[in-house]
Amino acid sequence: MADTETKSSKMQDFERVLEGSEKGIASFDSNKKSGVERIQQILHSNPAFVPMIVLILSLLIFGFILGSKLFSPFALTLILQQVAIVGILGAAQTMIILTAGIDLSVGAVMVMSSTVMGQVAFRYGMPPELAVLAGFAVGGFCGFINGVLVARVKLPPFIVTLGMWQIVLATNFLYSANETIRSQEIAAEAPILQFFGEKIIIGGAVFTYGVIMMLALVFILAYVLNYTAWGRHVYALGDDPDAAELSGVQVQKTLISVYVIGGLICALAGWALIGRLGSVSPTAGQNANIESITAVVIGGISLFGGRGSILGMLFGALIVGVFSLGLRLIGTDPQWTYLLIGLLIIIAVAIDQWIRKVAS
Amino acid sequence: MKSIVKTTLVALAMSAASVTYASAADIGACLITKTDTNPFFVKMKEGATAKAKELGITLKSYAGKIDGDSQSQVAAIETCIADGAKGILITASDTKGIVPAVTMAREAGLLVIALDTPLEPIDAADATFATDNFLAGELIGKWAAATLGDKAKDAKIALLDLAVSQPSVGVLRDQGFLQGFGIDLGDPNKWGDETDARIVGHDVTAGNEEGGRKAMENLLTQDPEINVVYTINEPAAAGAYEALKALGRENDALIVSVDGGCPGVANVKDGVIGATSQQYPLLMASKGIEAIAAWAKDGTKPANTPGKNFFDTGVNLVTDKPAAGVESIDVKEGTDRCWG
Repeated sequence: MADTETKSSKMQDFERVLEGSEKGIASFDSNKKSGVERIQQILHSNPAFVPMIVLILSLLIFGFILGSKLFSPFALTLILQQVAIVGILGAAQTMIILTAGIDLSVGAVMVMSSTVMGQVAFRYGMPPELAVLAGFAVGGFCGFINGVLVARVKLPPFIVTLGMWQIVLATNFLYSANETIRSQEIAAEAPILQFFGEKIIIGGAVFTYGVIMMLALVFILAYVLNYTAWGRHVYALGDDPDAAELSGVQVQKTLISVYVIGGLICALAGWALIGRLGSVSPTAGQNANIESITAVVIGGISLFGGRGSILGMLFGALIVGVFSLGLRLIGTDPQWTYLLIGLLIIIAVAIDQWIRKVAS
Repeated sequence: MKSIVKTTLVALAMSAASVTYASAADIGACLITKTDTNPFFVKMKEGATAKAKELGITLKSYAGKIDGDSQSQVAAIETCIADGAKGILITASDTKGIVPAVTMAREAGLLVIALDTPLEPIDAADATFATDNFLAGELIGKWAAATLGDKAKDAKIALLDLAVSQPSVGVLRDQGFLQGFGIDLGDPNKWGDETDARIVGHDVTAGNEEGGRKAMENLLTQDPEINVVYTINEPAAAGAYEALKALGRENDALIVSVDGGCPGVANVKDGVIGATSQQYPLLMASKGIEAIAAWAKDGTKPANTPGKNFFDTGVNLVTDKPAAGVESIDVKEGTDRCWG
C-alpha cells in the first residue's frame, strides 16, 4: 500500500488520466455485503441449493395435503422408480449442457439402444450379453457422431442433435418395424435385458436396480466432474472454450469424449427402460429428451455452460416426480403438472440469470 | 394468403382432374394415416395396397411424422387434390382441426372416407369406416362383469385412458366399458364425471407401455386393492401388468383391453390380458378402396350400416375364458385375424 501512495504523489503528466480513478489494488470480496448479495453468493457457490430447497418445499406441501399417502416408503420410492429413466438421461444431458451444448437426441438414442438390444437377442438369436453390448455400441456410436460434428466440424450442438434425433428415431422405427418384444419372451429367453427391473424390498420401500444404478451414476459423475482433471476440463471448456484451450485443455478431444460418454449413458438408460417396461417397445420414451432437459434446467444447471451441479439435476428430476405423483394423488387433471413444471422452468432460468450477475 | 393457396390448389385440382378424366382408366387414391410405423396403420396400408392393386387403382400413401402431427396430414390432403386423386382415406390425428382441409377436398370433387377415427362432426367426411368403439368397450365391460359374477358389485376399477384431450376413440371405448360393466355414465361424451364408488380413478397412458405402467402405479397408490383394469389398448395393458407384477398382484386383477394386435392377442393367451376387443384395420382399408372405385365409376357414395352413422367393420371379443351371455372368439381365431 505504501508503495502505491509514493508513486501517486509523484504523478507524471501522462498519468493525469488516472486522477480520480480507483486507487486500491485488485481485491476479492469486501465483507460489506447486503443480505441479498450474500444469498446470491451462496447460490453461486452451491448451484444445487435452489432445487434442493424447492424439492423439500414441494415434498412438505404435498405431504401436508396428502399425509401418509405420499410419506409412505412405498410412494417415496415409487417416485424414484418413475424418475429413474429421466434421471439417467439427465446425467448425460448434464454433461453436455455443462459444455454449453444441448442434446436433443438422448431419448431417441436410448430407445434405439433398447431396440437393438431386443432385436439382436431375438431376431438374430445372439446371446443376450452380446445384445447388451451391441446396444452400448450403438449408443456410443451415436454420441461419437454427435461429438465429431460438434467438436471438429464446429456445427452448433442444437442443430446436430436435432438432426440426430430425427435420424435415430426414424432408424429405430424402420429397423424394428415398430414391433414390440413382449415381457414374457424376454423373461424366458433373455432375462439379463430385464436386469434393471429387479428389486430390493426393505419394509415398504422398493428399490429397483434401475434406481440404484441411477443414484450410483449421479454420485460417480458428481465426483468425476468435481475432482478429476477431465471433469474440471468439462466445466472449463463450457465456461470459455478459448481460455480452456489456451490453458492447455484438449478442447476437441474432451468435447468428443463428453458426447461419447453421453451416448453410452443413453444406452444404459435404454437397458434400464427394458427393465422398467418389461418389454422392448420402439414407441417408448418419445418425450425423454425434453424431460431430461427439464430436469437439468430445474436443477439449476446453466444452459450457457460451465456452471451447475449434477446433483441439482437429480433434484430437478425428483421435483418433477413429486409434482406428477402428488397432483395425481390429489386427483387433479394431469395438465396441471405440465403447467406447474413450465412455471418452474422459467423461474429456474430467471434465478440462473440473477445469480449470474454476481459473477459479472 | 391461405385463400390464394386454396384457390390455386382447387384450380390445379380441376385441371389435373380433367386430365385424368381424359385418360379415364387411371384412378388415383390416397391413404393418409397418423404414422407409418404403428402396426395398426401398417396393416391398414397393406389392406389398401392389395385392394388397389386388384382394382387397378394407383394408391399413394402419406402419414404424419408422429401421432398428433396434423400439419403433415393437411399437406397430404393438399397434395392429393393437386394430384387429381379420386378419393382419400384418412385416419385423422386431429379430428376437428382436419375438417377445413377435408371440406376443401370434397369441394374439389374427391370422396373422403374417415378410417378408424370419426371426424368431428362425423358427417364432415363422406363416410366413416370404423370399428364400433363403444361396442368394443361394451363387450369387455360385459365380459369383466360376467367373469367377476357377484364380486362385480364390490369391484375396484382403474381406467387407463388415452389422453387428457379425450379424443373420441378413447371416450367411446371407456364409456362403452363402463356401460357394459353396469355403471351409470353421467355424460356419455366424456369420461371422468362418473360418481360410482367402484371407480378408483382415471389416468392417461398415451397408449404405450411406459404410460400404462406409470398410470397404473399412480392409481395403485390411490388404492392398492384395484381388481379390474380397463385399458385403452394392449400396449397400455402390458404396462399396467408390469406395475401390478411389481406389487405381486398380477393374478388378482382382471385386465381388459381393445385392439386385437398380435402381441395383444398373445398376451390374452398368456393370461396377461383377460379379454380384448379385436378390430380389423385391413378390412377398413380394403372396403375404403372399393368405395373409391365405385365413386370413380358412377358417383355412388358408400352407405352406412343400418342403425349407425358409420360403416361398421366389425369387432370381436377375443378370450379363452368365454363368459355366459357374451359372444366371443377364441385366441386361435383371434391370432389368425390379428394385425401387427
